Amino acid sequence: MLRYALKRLLSLILSLAVASLVIFLVVEVAPGDPASFMLGVNAQPDTIAALRAELGLDQGKLARYLSWAAGMLSGDFGTSYTYRTPVAGMIADRLWVSLPLALYALTLSTLIAFPAGIYAAARRGKPGDLAVMGATQLGVAMPNFWFAMMLVLIFAINLRWFGAGGFPGWDTGLWAGLHALTLPAIALALPQAAILTRVMRSALLDILGEDFMRTARAKGLSRRQALWRHGVRNALIPVLTIIGLQFSFLLAGAIIIEQVFYLPGLGRLVFQAISSRDLIVVESVVMLLVFAVITVNFLVDLAYALVDPRLRSRT
Amino acid sequence: MTLLDVTSLSVSIGAFQVLQDVSFHVDPGEIVAVTGESGSGKSMTALAILQLLPDLAEAKGYITLNGTQLLEQSEDGMCAIRGQSAGMVFQEPMTALNPVKTIGAQVMETILIHKAMPREQAEARAREVLDRVGLPEDRFPLSRYPHELSGGQRQRVVIAMAIALRPKLLIADEPTTALDVTTQAQILELLRDLVQDYGMGLLIITHDLAVVADLADRILVMRNGSVVESGHTVWLLRNMRHPYTRMLFEASNHQVALPQQPATAPLLEVRNAVRDYRTPRESLFCKPGTFRAVNDVSFTLNRGERLGLVGESGCGKSTLTRAILGLEPLQGGEIRLDGQPVTTHLKPASRRKVQVVFQDPYGSFNPRHKVERLVTEPFHTLPDPPTGAAHRDLIAETLTAVGLSPDDAQKYIHQFSGGQRQRIAIARALITRPELIIFDEAVSALDVSVRARILDLLAELCAAYALTYLFISHDLSVVRTITDRCLVMRHGEIVEQGETEAVFSNPQHPYTQQLIAAAPVLPDLDLGAA
Repeated sequence: MLRYALKRLLSLILSLAVASLVIFLVVEVAPGDPASFMLGVNAQPDTIAALRAELGLDQGKLARYLSWAAGMLSGDFGTSYTYRTPVAGMIADRLWVSLPLALYALTLSTLIAFPAGIYAAARRGKPGDLAVMGATQLGVAMPNFWFAMMLVLIFAINLRWFGAGGFPGWDTGLWAGLHALTLPAIALALPQAAILTRVMRSALLDILGEDFMRTARAKGLSRRQALWRHGVRNALIPVLTIIGLQFSFLLAGAIIIEQVFYLPGLGRLVFQAISSRDLIVVESVVMLLVFAVITVNFLVDLAYALVDPRLRSRT
Repeated sequence: MTLLDVTSLSVSIGAFQVLQDVSFHVDPGEIVAVTGESGSGKSMTALAILQLLPDLAEAKGYITLNGTQLLEQSEDGMCAIRGQSAGMVFQEPMTALNPVKTIGAQVMETILIHKAMPREQAEARAREVLDRVGLPEDRFPLSRYPHELSGGQRQRVVIAMAIALRPKLLIADEPTTALDVTTQAQILELLRDLVQDYGMGLLIITHDLAVVADLADRILVMRNGSVVESGHTVWLLRNMRHPYTRMLFEASNHQVALPQQPATAPLLEVRNAVRDYRTPRESLFCKPGTFRAVNDVSFTLNRGERLGLVGESGCGKSTLTRAILGLEPLQGGEIRLDGQPVTTHLKPASRRKVQVVFQDPYGSFNPRHKVERLVTEPFHTLPDPPTGAAHRDLIAETLTAVGLSPDDAQKYIHQFSGGQRQRIAIARALITRPELIIFDEAVSALDVSVRARILDLLAELCAAYALTYLFISHDLSVVRTITDRCLVMRHGEIVEQGETEAVFSNPQHPYTQQLIAAAPVLPDLDLGAA
C-alpha cells in the first residue's frame, strides 16, 4: 500500500512539473502584450518598454519560467499586472469562496446520488427505478444557469428564504456563509447528482450480475443484504472516478453559477484576468486548478486502493 | 429417510418451459449426479432447489428438504435455509468470491448471517473449515484476499463457505469444469471425503460423464428440461436404455479415424524458444523481475503432421501459440515457418501461411458482420484476393466443406449455435488454404455431442485438404484421438514428446503419468451388449 502511495505521489509531482511548463508556454504564445494592453492604445513605445522592464517581461523565457515556478513553490505567485496587488492574496480570497462551494456541492451531489442510485438499482425496471431515471434525465438535460435562476425566483424572490446573490464573507459566521452558498451549491449539485446517480446505478447493476452476488445469496443473504455487503463497495470504483472528475469541474467550472449569484469565486477571477491580459493571474489560477485536479486524482487513486485490495498489491 | 425429495418439478420463464416434471431424490451420505448437455436444465434444477431462479421464473411441484416444503417457503424462510441446511458451490471459482473481502470474512459471513454462533467462535469455525478443505493457516491465513489464490484454492474457499454450517445437502454446479485435471481430481476427492465425514447428501451437476461415472452413486440424465433416465451409476451405465444416454456416452468417448498422411519436410521449427514477461518491481528503484513463460522449447512440426500440445493452465501453451502466430516477441531462440523466421512484424506473405481457431465461439467474431465477411477476413493477406463469382464460389465451397450451407454466408453470427460458430471459425481458418492451422482449445467450450461432430469434421478435412495442425487442449482424450504426435508442457518446458499413442499408453515423464492418472476416464463398457 505504501509503495503504491509513493508511486502515485511521484507521478503527482512529475505531472505538476510538466503541467507548469505547459501552462507557462501556452500563456506565453497567446497573442497580446500585457504592458501595451495596460497602458492603452496611445502609449509611447518607451513607456511600454519601461513597464515591460518593471514587470520583468524583458527577461528571457527560461529565466521568467524559473522565477515564476520558484516563486510559486515559496507561495509567491507574483503581482497582478492589472491590480498591482499580490496574486497570492487575490487567489486566496477567491479560493475561500470557490473551494467551500465546490465541497458543499459535491457533498450534496454525493448525498443525493448514492441513495438514489442504490434505490434505482435495487428496483431495476420497477416504477421506483423509472422515476429516478426520469428525474436524472431531467437533471442532466437542464441548463444549470436556468435552474439557478429558477432557484433564485422561487427561494429568494418569492419565499425569501435565501438571498438572491452575493457572499457576506466567512467573518459573518459559518452559518451565514453556508446559507449564502446554499442556492449556488444546489444549482451546481443537482446536474452532477443526476450523472452520479446514473453511474452508481449502472455500476451496481453490473455488480448485481456477478457470480459472487449469487454466491452471497446461496449463503443465505437476502437481496438487500447482498446488495449492501457485497454490491456497494465493488461498485465504488467507477463512482469514485466520476466524483474526482466532478470535483475538478465544480472548482473551476462554476463560473456561470458564480455570475448568476454574484459570487467572488475563482471562475470570475480567471475570466476577468483573461479579459484584461493579466497573464500572471491567469497562469497562477490555471496552475492552481491543475494542482487541485492532480491532487484530487491522487486522492481518488488512494481511495481506489482502500476500496480494492487488488490495487494495493499491484505496483 | 430421504434428505431431498423433488417431485414433478416444473419451471417456466414466461411461456418457455425450462423444466418439465422432474422427479428425483437424494439420501443422506449419497452422491447424486445430474448430467446432460447445455440447455438440458441441470443448473436450473439446482437453482430451483435453493429458489435462486431468475426473477421471472416460476416453479411448480414439490421440493422437500428434510421434511420442509421449499416451494412454500417465504423469501425470508429460504434465506434461513440457504447456507444453513443446504450449501451451494458454483462453477466459476475465479468470480464466485467477492474480490474486495478477505476469505476469512467471506467464510465467516455464512456463519454470522445465520447467527449460528458469536464472532469469536465463528472465526474459529472459519479457520477449522478452511483447514478441512486443505487451506492450512500458515499459508492461507483468514486475511488472504481471493486474488492471491489460484483457481483450485478459490474453489476450496467456496466449498468452505458452503460447508461452514455443516449443511445436510450440498449442491455443486459444475464445481470442477473450470479447473485443471489434477486440481479437478483433488476437488472431487475433497467432495467425496466431505460427504463421508459429514454424512451430507451431495447433488453434483456436471456435463462430464467420466466425472459422473467415477464419483456418483446415482445418475440422472437430463435433456431439454426433462429427466430421460436415472438409476444407480453402475446399473445405468451398463443398461443405458435411452438413446440419448447412449449418444452422450459414445460422444464423450468419441474416436475419429485420422487418415494416414505422409509427414514430409519440416513446416514449423521451434528452436530453443524463450519468452519472458516482466513482473512488477520489488521496490521502487530496483529492476523489474522476469517470469519465464516459455523456457527453451524446441520441436518440429512436419508438413502433413497433426501435433497435439497438452498441459495445465499457466503452463505456457497459449504464450507459445501466440509466439508461433507472431503476436509476441521471443527473448531467445527462434521460430521458423516454412523456412522463414517468425517475428512480430510478419509480412502478409508469411502471415497467410498460418491461421488459428480459438476456444470461444461466441467472442471470436464481430457480431455486426455477416458470415460472408467474417470468413473472408484472412483475404487481406492475399496479394490478389478472389473477386466476383470466384469470391462467392470460394465462400460457398468452404462453408460446404465445414458442413454449412452456402446460403449461411448472408446470415449474422448470432443466428448460429456454438457448434455452428466453431464451424465458421474453421471455415475462416481454412479459406486461404494455410500451411498450418492452430486449434487453441477449439473444442473445449462445446457440448460432447457437438464436440464429437467437430472432431469428425476435422478428420474429414484432413482427408480432403491434407491439413497440418497444432492442436492445443487440456482435454487429454481429445488430443489422443485427433493427433499423430503430442507434446506435454509444464512450467514453460516441454517435458515429453512422442507418438500420441505411445505417450498415452506408456508415459515416461512423471508429470505426464500424473496428468493421465488424474484425468477421469469412462468405464470400459461393451455398449453393443446392452
